[in-house]
Amino acid sequence: MGSLTNTIQAVPLNHYILLSTIIFSIGVMGVLLRRNAIVIFMSVELMLNSVNLLLTAFSVYRGDASGQVFVFFIMALAAAEVAVGLAIIVMIYRNTNSIDINVLNRLKW
Amino acid sequence: MSTFYFIAFLSIFFSILVISAKNPVHSILYLILTFFTFTIHYILMNAQFLAIVNFIVYMGAILVLFLYTLMLINLNKESEPVKPFMVKLAAVFGAGILMVVLVASLKSLGTSQPVVLKNPDLGLVKNLGKVLFNEFLLPFEVSSVLLLSAMVGAVLLATKDTKATI
Repeated sequence: MGSLTNTIQAVPLNHYILLSTIIFSIGVMGVLLRRNAIVIFMSVELMLNSVNLLLTAFSVYRGDASGQVFVFFIMALAAAEVAVGLAIIVMIYRNTNSIDINVLNRLKW
Repeated sequence: MSTFYFIAFLSIFFSILVISAKNPVHSILYLILTFFTFTIHYILMNAQFLAIVNFIVYMGAILVLFLYTLMLINLNKESEPVKPFMVKLAAVFGAGILMVVLVASLKSLGTSQPVVLKNPDLGLVKNLGKVLFNEFLLPFEVSSVLLLSAMVGAVLLATKDTKATI
């Protein structure tokens, strides 16, 4: 693994932050752009993953293992969130026969 | 070094494809590819435990769950009506503004040090296990309660209620 880890030694921390920022923004764009509830959910997953990558990069940068443990907890949280969220989507589909989020605007009142 | 930039380009490319694919199944498949590039990022940072967990949990469990849900809800072709053009424009504009603000605040930081792995076995299972079960033992136990409650909630939501129980 020594030669593999040497390959990252020239990457500045800013580029990791930039990559995570771009992917986070793409996730935000997906949430705003799409009307399919499942695709919106996937965009949220994309945002969570970009933050995971950034936490890992900071953890390697500082030489502190706590960041990677946080990523582990975030993954457990994401698994729970996906289970509950997809159950909610299935229930919405059963009630409205659609997963278009604009059908849910009656929740507004 | 160029490996990082190539993989970063692939991550951005596939994540753009995720949100722009018309068919949700294609979207999920592109999301799998995106997560695969994230796994490669973890391997490049020698975070081997996270690479394996990302591979198993995200690509193995979560995306299969997405595919199963998509199979269950049986989308027909014209299921997704397109948003009006102005709303799309506003969405792209808003997300672009967010990115510009974040990048601009990043620029004010100035140049940064390169990411150097000082301790090569930082992300190995042995080291992470020691940290997890010493400093983070209570959050670890609490996360088991979280997973249990999520399981109960998912079963409660997804089962058909045969009689109205209020």
